[in-house]
Amino acid sequence: MREEGLIVRRIKNGTVIDHIPAGQALSVLRILGLTGREGLTIAIVIQADSKKLGRKDMVKIEGKELKAEEVNKIALVAPQATINTIRDYRVVSKLKVQLPDEIRDLIRCTNPNCISNKPREPVTPRFRTLSRSPVLLRCEYCGTYITQEEVVDQFQ
Amino acid sequence: MFRGRDILTILDFDRSELEHLFEVTRKVEEGEIKPYLRGKILATAFFEPSTRTRLSFTTAMQRLGGSVIGFGGTEGTSVMKGENLADTIRMLDAYADVIVIRHPMEGAAKLAAEVAEAPVINGGDGSRHHPTQAMLDLYTVWREMGRIDDLEIGLLGDLKYGRAASSFLYGLSKFRPKKIHLISPPLLRIRREVRDHLKQAGIPIEEKEELELESLDVLYVTRIQKERFPDPAEYEKVKGSYRLTVEDLRRAKKNLIVMHPLPRVDEIDLEVDSTPHAKYFRQAAYGVSVRQALLSMVLGAVE
Repeated sequence: MREEGLIVRRIKNGTVIDHIPAGQALSVLRILGLTGREGLTIAIVIQADSKKLGRKDMVKIEGKELKAEEVNKIALVAPQATINTIRDYRVVSKLKVQLPDEIRDLIRCTNPNCISNKPREPVTPRFRTLSRSPVLLRCEYCGTYITQEEVVDQFQ
Repeated sequence: MFRGRDILTILDFDRSELEHLFEVTRKVEEGEIKPYLRGKILATAFFEPSTRTRLSFTTAMQRLGGSVIGFGGTEGTSVMKGENLADTIRMLDAYADVIVIRHPMEGAAKLAAEVAEAPVINGGDGSRHHPTQAMLDLYTVWREMGRIDDLEIGLLGDLKYGRAASSFLYGLSKFRPKKIHLISPPLLRIRREVRDHLKQAGIPIEEKEELELESLDVLYVTRIQKERFPDPAEYEKVKGSYRLTVEDLRRAKKNLIVMHPLPRVDEIDLEVDSTPHAKYFRQAAYGVSVRQALLSMVLGAVE
Protein backbone atom coordinates (compact mmCIF):
# COMPACT_ATOMS: atom_id res chain seq x y z
CA MET A 1 0.00 0.00 0.00
CA ARG A 2 1.40 3.36 -1.03
CA GLU A 3 0.29 6.33 0.97
CA GLU A 4 -0.07 9.74 -0.57
CA GLY A 5 1.29 12.47 1.65
CA LEU A 6 1.70 10.28 4.77
CA ILE A 7 -0.10 12.52 7.27
CA VAL A 8 -0.09 9.75 9.85
CA ARG A 9 2.76 7.31 10.28
CA ARG A 10 2.47 3.66 9.23
CA ILE A 11 1.19 1.22 11.82
CA LYS A 12 3.11 -1.86 12.90
CA ASN A 13 0.27 -4.31 13.44
CA GLY A 14 -3.44 -3.88 12.90
CA THR A 15 -5.95 -2.83 10.27
CA VAL A 16 -6.08 0.00 7.75
CA ILE A 17 -9.44 0.79 6.21
CA ASP A 18 -8.79 2.68 3.00
CA HIS A 19 -10.86 4.25 0.21
CA ILE A 20 -13.62 5.49 2.46
CA PRO A 21 -15.62 8.24 0.70
CA ALA A 22 -14.52 11.68 1.88
CA GLY A 23 -16.36 12.65 5.04
CA GLN A 24 -17.56 9.15 5.99
CA ALA A 25 -14.74 8.08 8.35
CA LEU A 26 -16.68 8.95 11.49
CA SER A 27 -19.72 7.06 10.21
CA VAL A 28 -17.46 4.05 9.58
CA LEU A 29 -16.26 4.16 13.21
CA ARG A 30 -19.86 4.41 14.39
CA ILE A 31 -20.85 1.34 12.34
CA LEU A 32 -17.88 -0.59 13.73
CA GLY A 33 -18.97 0.42 17.22
CA LEU A 34 -15.61 2.05 17.94
CA THR A 35 -16.08 4.81 20.47
CA GLY A 36 -12.45 5.71 21.18
CA ARG A 37 -12.70 4.27 24.69
CA GLU A 38 -11.48 0.79 23.77
CA GLY A 39 -7.84 1.56 24.56
CA LEU A 40 -6.84 1.12 20.91
CA THR A 41 -4.71 3.65 19.07
CA ILE A 42 -6.79 4.83 16.11
CA ALA A 43 -5.75 7.31 13.44
CA ILE A 44 -8.47 8.99 11.40
CA VAL A 45 -7.54 10.75 8.19
CA ILE A 46 -10.26 12.88 6.69
CA GLN A 47 -10.31 14.46 3.21
CA ALA A 48 -6.91 13.18 2.10
CA ASP A 49 -5.90 13.40 -1.57
CA SER A 50 -6.58 10.21 -3.48
CA LYS A 51 -5.73 9.21 -7.05
CA LYS A 52 -8.78 6.93 -7.17
CA LEU A 53 -11.45 8.95 -5.39
CA GLY A 54 -10.14 12.54 -5.63
CA ARG A 55 -10.55 12.85 -1.88
CA LYS A 56 -10.93 10.08 0.63
CA ASP A 57 -10.93 9.18 4.29
CA MET A 58 -8.88 6.48 5.98
CA VAL A 59 -8.93 4.77 9.38
CA LYS A 60 -5.92 3.03 10.93
CA ILE A 61 -6.36 0.82 13.95
CA GLU A 62 -3.18 -0.16 15.75
CA GLY A 63 -3.05 -3.53 17.47
CA LYS A 64 -6.32 -5.06 16.26
CA GLU A 65 -6.98 -7.18 13.18
CA LEU A 66 -10.60 -6.82 12.15
CA LYS A 67 -12.27 -9.78 10.48
CA ALA A 68 -14.07 -9.42 7.16
CA GLU A 69 -17.47 -10.25 8.75
CA GLU A 70 -16.98 -7.45 11.25
CA VAL A 71 -16.03 -4.92 8.63
CA ASN A 72 -18.30 -5.79 5.73
CA LYS A 73 -21.17 -3.80 7.16
CA ILE A 74 -19.25 -0.54 6.62
CA ALA A 75 -20.13 -1.02 2.95
CA LEU A 76 -23.37 0.69 3.97
CA VAL A 77 -21.53 4.03 3.78
CA ALA A 78 -18.25 3.01 2.11
CA PRO A 79 -19.04 0.49 -0.63
CA GLN A 80 -15.56 0.74 -2.18
CA ALA A 81 -13.49 0.55 0.98
CA THR A 82 -10.57 -1.85 1.27
CA ILE A 83 -9.44 -3.61 4.42
CA ASN A 84 -5.70 -4.03 4.78
CA THR A 85 -4.33 -6.27 7.49
CA ILE A 86 -0.89 -5.15 8.63
CA ARG A 87 1.74 -7.32 10.31
CA ASP A 88 5.17 -5.94 11.06
CA TYR A 89 4.55 -2.89 8.82
CA ARG A 90 3.62 -5.11 5.85
CA VAL A 91 0.25 -5.59 4.19
CA VAL A 92 -0.48 -9.30 4.58
CA SER A 93 -3.99 -9.19 3.13
CA LYS A 94 -6.11 -6.73 1.22
CA LEU A 95 -9.87 -7.22 0.87
CA LYS A 96 -12.67 -5.21 -0.67
CA VAL A 97 -15.66 -4.86 1.62
CA GLN A 98 -18.85 -6.54 0.56
CA LEU A 99 -22.21 -5.70 2.05
CA PRO A 100 -23.77 -8.79 3.69
CA ASP A 101 -27.10 -10.17 2.38
CA GLU A 102 -28.80 -9.22 5.61
CA ILE A 103 -28.32 -6.12 7.77
CA ARG A 104 -29.46 -6.31 11.38
CA ASP A 105 -29.96 -3.63 13.93
CA LEU A 106 -27.60 -1.02 12.44
CA ILE A 107 -30.17 1.18 10.78
CA ARG A 108 -33.80 2.06 11.27
CA CYS A 109 -36.58 1.62 8.75
CA THR A 110 -37.44 4.99 7.17
CA ASN A 111 -41.14 4.18 7.31
CA PRO A 112 -42.36 5.70 10.61
CA ASN A 113 -45.37 3.38 10.46
CA CYS A 114 -43.22 0.23 10.37
CA ILE A 115 -43.64 -2.10 13.35
CA SER A 116 -39.83 -2.20 13.71
CA ASN A 117 -40.02 1.47 14.81
CA LYS A 118 -42.56 0.79 17.54
CA PRO A 119 -41.10 1.25 21.02
CA ARG A 120 -41.43 -1.56 23.60
CA GLU A 121 -41.78 -4.39 21.10
CA PRO A 122 -39.26 -7.27 20.94
CA VAL A 123 -38.23 -6.45 17.40
CA THR A 124 -34.82 -5.98 15.74
CA PRO A 125 -34.85 -4.05 12.45
CA ARG A 126 -33.74 -6.36 9.63
CA PHE A 127 -33.04 -5.53 6.01
CA ARG A 128 -32.41 -7.57 2.88
CA THR A 129 -29.71 -6.28 0.51
CA LEU A 130 -31.23 -5.85 -2.96
CA SER A 131 -28.33 -3.98 -4.54
CA ARG A 132 -24.76 -3.22 -3.40
CA SER A 133 -23.82 -0.35 -5.68
CA PRO A 134 -25.66 1.87 -5.13
CA VAL A 135 -26.89 0.40 -1.85
CA LEU A 136 -30.56 -0.56 -1.84
CA LEU A 137 -32.11 -2.39 1.11
CA ARG A 138 -35.59 -3.71 1.81
CA CYS A 139 -37.12 -3.80 5.28
CA GLU A 140 -38.00 -7.39 6.24
CA TYR A 141 -41.04 -6.18 8.18
CA CYS A 142 -42.77 -3.64 5.98
CA GLY A 143 -41.01 -4.00 2.62
CA THR A 144 -39.94 -0.35 2.40
CA TYR A 145 -36.90 0.39 0.23
CA ILE A 146 -33.98 2.19 1.90
CA THR A 147 -31.65 3.98 -0.52
CA GLN A 148 -27.94 4.72 -0.16
CA GLU A 149 -28.60 8.41 0.67
CA GLU A 150 -31.08 7.44 3.35
CA VAL A 151 -28.56 5.04 4.89
CA VAL A 152 -25.78 7.67 4.84
CA ASP A 153 -28.13 10.22 6.43
CA GLN A 154 -28.75 7.94 9.38
CA PHE A 155 -25.08 7.97 10.40
CA GLN A 156 -24.59 11.72 10.08
CA MET B 1 -49.49 -27.33 1.49
CA PHE B 2 -51.11 -24.81 3.87
CA ARG B 3 -51.08 -26.73 7.16
CA GLY B 4 -49.61 -24.71 10.03
CA ARG B 5 -48.53 -21.92 7.74
CA ASP B 6 -48.59 -18.21 8.55
CA ILE B 7 -50.49 -16.19 5.95
CA LEU B 8 -48.56 -12.91 5.93
CA THR B 9 -48.45 -11.74 2.32
CA ILE B 10 -49.87 -13.04 -0.92
CA LEU B 11 -46.28 -13.07 -2.22
CA ASP B 12 -45.58 -16.16 -0.09
CA PHE B 13 -47.85 -18.26 -2.31
CA ASP B 14 -47.19 -19.58 -5.77
CA ARG B 15 -49.67 -20.08 -8.55
CA SER B 16 -50.32 -23.76 -7.92
CA GLU B 17 -51.03 -23.12 -4.23
CA LEU B 18 -53.49 -20.36 -5.09
CA GLU B 19 -55.19 -22.56 -7.66
CA HIS B 20 -55.47 -25.29 -5.07
CA LEU B 21 -57.10 -22.80 -2.70
CA PHE B 22 -59.59 -21.90 -5.48
CA GLU B 23 -60.48 -25.57 -5.97
CA VAL B 24 -61.08 -26.07 -2.25
CA THR B 25 -63.15 -22.85 -2.14
CA ARG B 26 -65.29 -24.21 -4.97
CA LYS B 27 -65.90 -27.32 -2.86
CA VAL B 28 -66.90 -25.10 0.07
CA GLU B 29 -69.46 -23.40 -2.17
CA GLU B 30 -70.78 -26.79 -3.23
CA GLY B 31 -71.20 -27.87 0.37
CA GLU B 32 -68.50 -30.53 0.25
CA ILE B 33 -66.44 -29.11 3.11
CA LYS B 34 -68.07 -30.19 6.36
CA PRO B 35 -67.77 -28.59 9.83
CA TYR B 36 -64.37 -30.15 10.37
CA LEU B 37 -63.17 -27.56 12.87
CA ARG B 38 -65.33 -28.52 15.85
CA GLY B 39 -63.45 -27.73 19.06
CA LYS B 40 -61.00 -25.39 17.33
CA ILE B 41 -60.73 -21.75 18.35
CA LEU B 42 -59.94 -18.74 16.19
CA ALA B 43 -58.71 -15.56 17.88
CA THR B 44 -59.34 -12.23 16.18
CA ALA B 45 -56.94 -9.45 17.22
CA PHE B 46 -58.25 -6.37 15.47
CA PHE B 47 -56.33 -3.27 16.48
CA GLU B 48 -58.15 -1.29 13.83
CA PRO B 49 -61.80 -1.19 12.74
CA SER B 50 -63.07 -3.70 10.20
CA THR B 51 -66.49 -4.94 9.18
CA ARG B 52 -66.01 -7.46 6.42
CA THR B 53 -62.72 -9.06 7.31
CA ARG B 54 -63.56 -9.73 10.95
CA LEU B 55 -67.16 -10.77 10.38
CA SER B 56 -66.32 -12.98 7.43
CA PHE B 57 -63.58 -14.76 9.41
CA THR B 58 -66.04 -15.17 12.28
CA THR B 59 -68.73 -16.52 9.94
CA ALA B 60 -66.25 -18.81 8.22
CA MET B 61 -65.02 -20.28 11.51
CA GLN B 62 -68.55 -20.79 12.85
CA ARG B 63 -69.74 -22.41 9.62
CA LEU B 64 -66.88 -24.87 10.06
CA GLY B 65 -68.08 -25.70 13.57
CA GLY B 66 -65.30 -23.83 15.39
CA SER B 67 -65.60 -20.90 17.76
CA VAL B 68 -64.18 -17.41 17.92
CA ILE B 69 -62.67 -15.26 20.66
CA GLY B 70 -60.93 -11.91 20.51
CA PHE B 71 -61.55 -8.23 20.07
CA GLY B 72 -62.67 -5.94 17.28
CA GLY B 73 -61.09 -2.74 18.57
CA THR B 74 -58.67 -2.03 21.40
CA GLU B 75 -61.37 -0.49 23.62
CA GLY B 76 -61.77 -2.60 26.75
CA THR B 77 -58.53 -4.57 26.29
CA SER B 78 -55.19 -4.40 28.06
CA VAL B 79 -53.78 -2.62 25.01
CA MET B 80 -55.42 0.48 26.51
CA LYS B 81 -53.33 -0.13 29.64
CA GLY B 82 -50.19 -0.06 27.51
CA GLU B 83 -49.68 -3.76 26.78
CA ASN B 84 -47.47 -4.20 23.75
CA LEU B 85 -48.40 -6.13 20.62
CA ALA B 86 -46.07 -9.06 21.32
CA ASP B 87 -47.56 -9.72 24.78
CA THR B 88 -51.14 -9.46 23.51
CA ILE B 89 -50.34 -11.99 20.79
CA ARG B 90 -48.58 -14.37 23.22
CA MET B 91 -51.72 -14.39 25.34
CA LEU B 92 -54.01 -15.15 22.38
CA ASP B 93 -51.52 -17.79 21.27
CA ALA B 94 -52.08 -19.57 24.57
CA TYR B 95 -55.87 -19.51 24.09
CA ALA B 96 -56.41 -20.22 20.39
CA ASP B 97 -55.46 -22.53 17.50
CA VAL B 98 -55.16 -19.79 14.90
CA ILE B 99 -54.90 -15.99 15.12
CA VAL B 100 -56.13 -13.34 12.69
CA ILE B 101 -54.56 -9.94 13.22
CA ARG B 102 -55.34 -6.50 11.83
CA HIS B 103 -53.07 -3.65 12.82
CA PRO B 104 -52.46 -0.07 11.66
CA MET B 105 -48.68 -0.57 11.43
CA GLU B 106 -46.88 -2.26 8.56
CA GLY B 107 -45.14 -5.52 9.47
CA ALA B 108 -47.27 -6.09 12.58
CA ALA B 109 -48.46 -9.48 11.32
CA LYS B 110 -44.87 -10.62 10.76
CA LEU B 111 -43.93 -9.67 14.29
CA ALA B 112 -47.03 -11.50 15.57
CA ALA B 113 -46.01 -14.59 13.60
CA GLU B 114 -42.54 -14.44 15.15
CA VAL B 115 -43.90 -14.53 18.70
CA ALA B 116 -46.83 -16.93 18.20
CA GLU B 117 -46.64 -20.71 17.86
CA ALA B 118 -50.09 -20.90 16.28
CA PRO B 119 -50.46 -19.90 12.63
CA VAL B 120 -51.02 -16.16 12.18
CA ILE B 121 -53.20 -14.81 9.38
CA ASN B 122 -52.69 -11.21 8.36
CA GLY B 123 -56.07 -9.48 8.18
CA GLY B 124 -54.44 -6.28 6.92
CA ASP B 125 -51.44 -4.43 8.34
CA GLY B 126 -50.85 -0.76 7.58
CA SER B 127 -50.98 0.18 3.92
CA ARG B 128 -49.08 -2.85 2.63
CA HIS B 129 -50.54 -6.33 2.84
CA HIS B 130 -53.97 -7.91 3.03
CA PRO B 131 -53.42 -11.43 1.69
CA THR B 132 -56.88 -12.90 2.32
CA GLN B 133 -58.45 -9.94 0.49
CA ALA B 134 -56.13 -10.68 -2.43
CA MET B 135 -57.12 -14.36 -2.29
CA LEU B 136 -60.83 -13.57 -2.47
CA ASP B 137 -60.25 -10.96 -5.18
CA LEU B 138 -58.30 -13.44 -7.30
CA TYR B 139 -60.97 -16.06 -6.61
CA THR B 140 -63.68 -13.64 -7.79
CA VAL B 141 -61.90 -13.12 -11.12
CA TRP B 142 -61.18 -16.85 -11.51
CA ARG B 143 -64.76 -17.79 -10.64
CA GLU B 144 -66.53 -15.10 -12.69
CA MET B 145 -64.25 -15.10 -15.75
CA GLY B 146 -63.04 -18.69 -15.62
CA ARG B 147 -59.39 -17.62 -15.69
CA ILE B 148 -56.98 -14.85 -14.69
CA ASP B 149 -54.50 -15.27 -17.56
CA ASP B 150 -54.88 -13.17 -20.73
CA LEU B 151 -57.29 -10.68 -19.17
CA GLU B 152 -56.99 -6.90 -19.26
CA ILE B 153 -57.41 -5.71 -15.72
CA GLY B 154 -57.85 -2.10 -14.60
CA LEU B 155 -57.28 -0.80 -11.06
CA LEU B 156 -58.80 2.57 -10.29
CA GLY B 157 -58.29 4.87 -7.30
CA ASP B 158 -55.75 4.98 -4.49
CA LEU B 159 -53.03 2.61 -5.65
CA LYS B 160 -50.41 3.97 -3.25
CA TYR B 161 -51.85 3.57 0.24
CA GLY B 162 -54.65 1.09 -0.40
CA ARG B 163 -53.48 -2.29 0.91
CA ALA B 164 -56.20 -4.12 -1.02
CA ALA B 165 -54.98 -2.71 -4.34
CA SER B 166 -51.29 -3.48 -3.61
CA SER B 167 -52.11 -6.99 -2.47
CA PHE B 168 -54.32 -7.65 -5.51
CA LEU B 169 -51.44 -6.52 -7.78
CA TYR B 170 -48.99 -8.80 -5.98
CA GLY B 171 -51.50 -11.63 -6.39
CA LEU B 172 -52.02 -10.93 -10.10
CA SER B 173 -48.25 -11.14 -10.59
CA LYS B 174 -48.51 -14.89 -9.89
CA PHE B 175 -50.64 -15.27 -13.03
CA ARG B 176 -50.28 -14.01 -16.60
CA PRO B 177 -52.78 -11.20 -17.16
CA LYS B 178 -52.49 -9.66 -20.63
CA LYS B 179 -52.12 -6.16 -19.26
CA ILE B 180 -52.75 -4.18 -16.09
CA HIS B 181 -54.05 -0.61 -16.37
CA LEU B 182 -53.23 1.51 -13.33
CA ILE B 183 -55.57 4.48 -13.23
CA SER B 184 -55.01 7.04 -10.48
CA PRO B 185 -54.21 10.69 -9.79
CA PRO B 186 -50.39 11.22 -9.93
CA LEU B 187 -50.27 11.56 -6.14
CA LEU B 188 -51.70 8.08 -5.63
CA ARG B 189 -49.69 6.01 -8.13
CA ILE B 190 -48.34 2.60 -7.09
CA ARG B 191 -45.24 2.56 -4.90
CA ARG B 192 -41.83 1.88 -6.36
CA GLU B 193 -41.50 -1.59 -4.85
CA VAL B 194 -44.84 -2.66 -6.35
CA ARG B 195 -43.88 -1.30 -9.79
CA ASP B 196 -40.47 -3.05 -9.60
CA HIS B 197 -42.17 -6.27 -8.62
CA LEU B 198 -44.61 -6.20 -11.55
CA LYS B 199 -41.77 -5.40 -13.93
CA GLN B 200 -39.69 -8.29 -12.64
CA ALA B 201 -42.68 -10.58 -13.00
CA GLY B 202 -42.89 -9.49 -16.65
CA ILE B 203 -46.47 -8.14 -16.42
CA PRO B 204 -47.21 -5.32 -18.89
CA ILE B 205 -48.53 -2.27 -17.03
CA GLU B 206 -49.77 1.13 -18.14
CA GLU B 207 -50.09 4.00 -15.68
CA LYS B 208 -52.58 6.73 -16.52
CA GLU B 209 -54.89 9.33 -15.07
CA GLU B 210 -57.98 8.86 -17.23
CA LEU B 211 -60.34 5.92 -17.05
CA GLU B 212 -60.57 4.18 -20.42
CA LEU B 213 -62.55 1.03 -19.95
CA GLU B 214 -63.17 -0.13 -23.55
CA SER B 215 -60.53 -2.87 -23.49
CA LEU B 216 -61.00 -4.01 -19.88
CA ASP B 217 -62.29 -7.40 -18.73
CA VAL B 218 -62.05 -6.52 -15.04
CA LEU B 219 -62.26 -3.13 -13.33
CA TYR B 220 -61.17 -3.05 -9.69
CA VAL B 221 -62.28 0.20 -8.03
CA THR B 222 -60.87 1.42 -4.70
CA ARG B 223 -61.76 4.28 -2.43
CA ILE B 224 -59.82 7.53 -2.53
CA GLN B 225 -59.40 8.80 0.99
CA LYS B 226 -59.66 12.52 1.53
CA GLU B 227 -56.92 12.55 4.17
CA ARG B 228 -54.32 11.44 1.60
CA PHE B 229 -54.45 14.89 0.00
CA PRO B 230 -52.44 17.72 1.55
CA ASP B 231 -54.86 20.17 -0.07
CA PRO B 232 -58.62 19.48 0.28
CA ALA B 233 -59.30 21.44 -2.93
CA GLU B 234 -57.11 18.95 -4.79
CA TYR B 235 -59.26 16.12 -3.48
CA GLU B 236 -62.49 17.78 -4.61
CA LYS B 237 -60.98 18.09 -8.08
CA VAL B 238 -60.05 14.42 -8.53
CA LYS B 239 -63.06 13.00 -6.70
CA GLY B 240 -65.45 13.44 -9.65
CA SER B 241 -63.16 11.90 -12.24
CA TYR B 242 -62.84 8.68 -10.25
CA ARG B 243 -66.51 7.98 -9.98
CA LEU B 244 -67.85 5.12 -12.05
CA THR B 245 -71.32 5.69 -13.53
CA VAL B 246 -73.78 3.75 -15.68
CA GLU B 247 -72.90 6.23 -18.42
CA ASP B 248 -69.22 5.11 -18.35
CA LEU B 249 -70.27 1.47 -18.54
CA ARG B 250 -71.96 1.99 -21.93
CA ARG B 251 -68.45 2.01 -23.39
CA ALA B 252 -67.45 -1.19 -21.63
CA LYS B 253 -67.26 -4.77 -22.87
CA LYS B 254 -70.47 -6.68 -22.30
CA ASN B 255 -68.90 -9.09 -19.84
CA LEU B 256 -66.75 -6.58 -17.93
CA ILE B 257 -66.88 -7.25 -14.21
CA VAL B 258 -66.62 -4.39 -11.71
CA MET B 259 -65.06 -5.24 -8.35
CA HIS B 260 -64.46 -3.24 -5.17
CA PRO B 261 -62.94 -4.38 -1.85
CA LEU B 262 -65.58 -2.21 -0.05
CA PRO B 263 -66.47 -0.09 1.84
CA ARG B 264 -67.61 2.05 -1.05
CA VAL B 265 -68.32 5.75 -0.62
CA ASP B 266 -68.82 7.77 -3.85
CA GLU B 267 -66.53 6.00 -6.27
CA ILE B 268 -69.21 3.74 -7.72
CA ASP B 269 -72.59 5.29 -8.42
CA LEU B 270 -75.43 3.40 -6.73
CA GLU B 271 -77.11 2.89 -10.10
CA VAL B 272 -74.22 0.64 -11.15
CA ASP B 273 -75.31 -1.89 -8.50
CA SER B 274 -78.20 -3.14 -10.60
CA THR B 275 -76.14 -3.69 -13.78
CA PRO B 276 -74.82 -7.17 -14.59
CA HIS B 277 -71.29 -5.73 -14.36
CA ALA B 278 -71.49 -5.20 -10.59
CA LYS B 279 -69.81 -8.09 -8.76
CA TYR B 280 -68.64 -6.37 -5.57
CA PHE B 281 -71.30 -7.77 -3.28
CA ARG B 282 -70.79 -11.25 -4.63
CA GLN B 283 -67.03 -10.67 -4.20
CA ALA B 284 -67.60 -9.90 -0.51
CA ALA B 285 -69.72 -13.05 -0.20
CA TYR B 286 -66.96 -15.17 -1.76
CA GLY B 287 -64.82 -13.86 1.10
CA VAL B 288 -66.52 -16.25 3.50
CA SER B 289 -66.00 -19.32 1.29
CA VAL B 290 -62.36 -18.44 0.62
CA ARG B 291 -61.72 -18.00 4.35
CA GLN B 292 -63.50 -21.28 5.12
CA ALA B 293 -61.21 -23.01 2.66
CA LEU B 294 -58.15 -21.28 4.07
CA LEU B 295 -58.96 -22.02 7.73
CA SER B 296 -59.70 -25.69 6.91
CA MET B 297 -56.35 -25.99 5.19
CA VAL B 298 -54.25 -24.03 7.70
CA LEU B 299 -55.70 -26.07 10.56
CA GLY B 300 -55.02 -29.27 8.68
CA ALA B 301 -58.64 -30.48 8.29
CA VAL B 302 -58.35 -30.39 4.49
CA GLU B 303 -55.20 -31.02 2.46
